[in-house]
Amino acid sequence: MFGKRKGREPSLIPYYFVLIVLALFAIGPLVTVVFNSLKANFQIGGSPLTPPTEFHFSNFVDAWQQGDLATTMKNSAILTVGTIIGVCVISGLAAYALSHLNLPGGNAVIAWLFLSIALPVQLFLVPLFFMWSRLDLQDNLFGLMILYWALDSPFLTLLLRSFLMKIPKDFTEAARLDGANELQVMTRVMLPLAMPGVLTVGLIAGLNTWNEFFLARTFIQSPDKKPIATSFLSFQEEFHTDWALTSAAALFMLAPAVILFLFMQRRFVAGLTSGGIK
Amino acid sequence: MAVSLPAASAGASATGGDMRGSATVAAASAGASATGGDMRGSATVAAAPTQTSSAPRASRLRIPNRSRGARSGPARRAARRRGLIAWLFLVPLLGLNVWIVIGPAIATVYYSFTDWTGIGPAEWIGFENYERILNDSRLHDALIHNVIWLVLFLTIPCALALLGAYVLSQVKKYQMLFRALYFIPYVVASVVNAFLWTALMSPTNGIGHVLGEMGVPWIGDVALLGNTDTSLYAVNFVVNWHFWGFLAVIFLAAMQNVDPELYDAAKVDGASRWQQFTHVTLPGIRPTVIFLALMSAIWTLKAFDYVWIMTGGGPANSSEVIATYMYKTALLNYEAGYAATLGLSMAFMTIIVLAFYQVIRRRGWES
Repeated sequence: MFGKRKGREPSLIPYYFVLIVLALFAIGPLVTVVFNSLKANFQIGGSPLTPPTEFHFSNFVDAWQQGDLATTMKNSAILTVGTIIGVCVISGLAAYALSHLNLPGGNAVIAWLFLSIALPVQLFLVPLFFMWSRLDLQDNLFGLMILYWALDSPFLTLLLRSFLMKIPKDFTEAARLDGANELQVMTRVMLPLAMPGVLTVGLIAGLNTWNEFFLARTFIQSPDKKPIATSFLSFQEEFHTDWALTSAAALFMLAPAVILFLFMQRRFVAGLTSGGIK
Repeated sequence: MAVSLPAASAGASATGGDMRGSATVAAASAGASATGGDMRGSATVAAAPTQTSSAPRASRLRIPNRSRGARSGPARRAARRRGLIAWLFLVPLLGLNVWIVIGPAIATVYYSFTDWTGIGPAEWIGFENYERILNDSRLHDALIHNVIWLVLFLTIPCALALLGAYVLSQVKKYQMLFRALYFIPYVVASVVNAFLWTALMSPTNGIGHVLGEMGVPWIGDVALLGNTDTSLYAVNFVVNWHFWGFLAVIFLAAMQNVDPELYDAAKVDGASRWQQFTHVTLPGIRPTVIFLALMSAIWTLKAFDYVWIMTGGGPANSSEVIATYMYKTALLNYEAGYAATLGLSMAFMTIIVLAFYQVIRRRGWES
């Protein structure tokens, strides 16, 4: 298509020109972070946007140690894995019931899930905050994880349900006739068929949790319990004059999310776009 | 998220929410060519946002099943048992929801009528907090800022995303690559995006500084984030930057669902590319655009992260939005009662937006 342009077929060059300009706009700022993470700090002042002339990999070592990234990345990893597992179980059970069990009153549940997705967290933040203090779940990774379960699962239930709707009921009916109970039908028959959907749900839950800021900042105060998102902010405030160091820390924060996205792009975008349709 | 994923995970989940809705909507628009199976999926999914109107449709689909079961006693008992089991499967989801969303939301209603500080007893003060809302000029400024954001949000990133999606839909080679590049800022954490743009907007060594050295006037020494005239727009720019690629990817998916025969017909009629865009593409993706506009409106209400990190609402409250104001009221000033009133107002505005969306849907969505 590109090579042999026929007479009236318009050239694609203007399209690619626009695409490249937009790509530079989207990615350029992130590229400067990579550049600056490799420079010595004094070099940034004069030329913040240019590639480094020499590589200072020591920034990464310094950022890792001074930001105590071993601890904060571990906290984030615990939160992320725990949230993924919890949400997959909670949403998996609910989505199965809402798609394959002829749930009486199911439409009311779905309506409520939509509403609770739209409602701002501010509506329940104040009582929640003080309730969490009283329950000793304040400043507690597990307490934060429960909030992620509760607040991520309505949307992810609906998303997973749209995947499950595509699986014909014949499969489950056949298993039931063979005498399987509902839990067996779900784990042995549905789960293997629904794996792509579950994977998408896990991916979205994981990215949300890794990047989450507002609840983490509200509910975790101790430095040794902070996930990387909020500890990065403290780091940035502490070292705000050292952009090289902060850029290196920023790369630690963004790399897992971006790499995961690039590897799972198809899965991720499909989940967000066509997930509801075909 | 800008949507700031301010509202953190609720925001995040909302994000997804919309996407899925949009997908659905896209499906509905592609409806004509859908097979039986597709229709069913889209009908039920679409049912969800508008509860009232499409719920009957969805349940009608299921009736054959149910009535078949009702014919004999044991079958009916089995169906009822299955219904009970189904509710058991929902217990974790609904239990958490009652504990963390519904319960505290009801408590918020109560506290909004008190002078609670967050500690100790709460004293009933009637409608005092509500009267205060009417006279709180700082709140009114924050609301105006939210409205400005909403207007910017519905124009700039939407236009960029339409452009990006349209151009992407016209090429085959490297389409996936560009799509991924546009989407990346959306998967990067708000703290990182906020940091990098704070650096790029720095008056001492950011982009403006570099441009100033090259001889561009004015921009050289302006602290975009530290200036009361520009801070709100500077933060909004960053939110839009991180967000438009997400919109582009959704719009692209919707555009790919538009029936290609419509384009062929338009070409036969001699329509130019621009005419094809305005007469085929835009109407084809209109439901998706409207749906995302709705979600954007809901997200801007919740906008928190970028403002909090980049300016803290300052300088001199020039970039304060309602979510940051509410947060400060509750957790820095210990006016939990008044903060509850603010949170309730935010929910109320969300519901107004949803109701408005229903009206739009009723009038002309299907036409």
